Amino acid sequence: MIAIIDYGLGNLFSLMSSVKAIGGEATVTRDPEEIRRADKLILPGVGAFRDATELLAKDNLGNLVREQASEGKPLLGICLGMQLLFDKSFENGVYEGLGLIPGEVRDIKERIPRDLKVPHIGWNSLNIRKAHPLLAGIEDGDCVYFVHSYSAITPSENILATTEYGAELTAAVARGNVMGSQFHPEKSGTVGLRILRNFAEM
Amino acid sequence: MITKRIIPCLDVKDGRVVKGVKFKGLSDVSSPVELGQYYSRAGADELVFYDITASAEGRKLFTDILRQVASKIFIPLTVGGGISTVEDFDRVLKCGADKVSVNSGAIRNPDLIRQAAEKYGDQCVVLSVDISLVDGTYQVFSRGGRDNTGMDAIEWIKRGVDLGAGEVVVNSIDTDGVKQGFDLPLLQKVCDAVNVPVIASGGAGCIEDFVELFKKIPKVDAGLAASIFHFGEVEIPELKRELRKEGINVRITRDAE
Repeated sequence: MIAIIDYGLGNLFSLMSSVKAIGGEATVTRDPEEIRRADKLILPGVGAFRDATELLAKDNLGNLVREQASEGKPLLGICLGMQLLFDKSFENGVYEGLGLIPGEVRDIKERIPRDLKVPHIGWNSLNIRKAHPLLAGIEDGDCVYFVHSYSAITPSENILATTEYGAELTAAVARGNVMGSQFHPEKSGTVGLRILRNFAEM
Repeated sequence: MITKRIIPCLDVKDGRVVKGVKFKGLSDVSSPVELGQYYSRAGADELVFYDITASAEGRKLFTDILRQVASKIFIPLTVGGGISTVEDFDRVLKCGADKVSVNSGAIRNPDLIRQAAEKYGDQCVVLSVDISLVDGTYQVFSRGGRDNTGMDAIEWIKRGVDLGAGEVVVNSIDTDGVKQGFDLPLLQKVCDAVNVPVIASGGAGCIEDFVELFKKIPKVDAGLAASIFHFGEVEIPELKRELRKEGINVRITRDAE
């Protein structure tokens, strides 16, 4: 059973449906017992980093996710959920993340040419940087769907894939059992479903 | 590199896709779920569903259908038609829509754009504008192109983006249905005026029209069309192969190859 952490942000309907579509079992929950019982966790998220950290602080949900991940439970962060895995974010201030992967989250405008549109919205291709079970069957050049204005900066050892948008942006990360995708696998067609299946079958 | 998007648009009335659709192998040609899946497999990058029902029962049916579509189709879904309040946004987003497009509702109440963008983020709010050239200026039409508002189209689009619209759909009334190509002069003006994704709509009749669109106006992000896809006049896999051959970056799905 995969627990999709419901802290009040994100398109959980599509995520839930996509896990079902790959034959996985999932539940959308914020119940600590259910989260502890689950084999795997997905941390979703759409919106602002600060709102997310505030919501995660409620009922100690953030600490619970950190504790579960530290015990070795596979965790997948998606979009803002991936950004939350890092030490801190500079989105409208400086806010602490869960600190599960070393690195920080910065405005992509600092790194891309000014004439490029922000947010980075649309289908963009993956450059695979490291073989990893999460990306099994995924090839260089496969397209996935992005919607974001901030991106993670982390040592290359944690980077599984990047995407090109005026600069090389982090697209997928992993450190031990903690994984993340900046793009939305639940909106990335068959490529996205394959990634979710890879995670569900770990 | 980010790819140019190809977006089929489906009009839905009382839970059914209207305008006859001619496809082989579809058991139910007016089922939004079946058609959506067909397009998703063919390589559509996004789907737009316009609710053209006027009744409350029609609305209810539409959200039921939307939920079914969103549980089966895993590409971005945009919903439009009759959106005039933040509650309308809420209603369709809860059913699995990723973006919501506003048109007449935003003309009546421009603050709707700001309220929705604050609540759901800019990326969620699509400003759709029906435009026609009148006495040498581009003007905004409301109520499905019926009423001339007298508003300058470029000014309205700029204002909408300032208020928080994260994407603009430019529907040219003048080229719509003519099938002689997109309204390139209008699209160029819009692309020069704003720095959010611009989606071209109205006028596509064949593959070459899309090639011309993306070649002549590199800043356009997407091409939207309805009947030419529904009637099979343009097949999406072939369209994408041709675009790629012409050096335009598009997503080729492995299923469609």
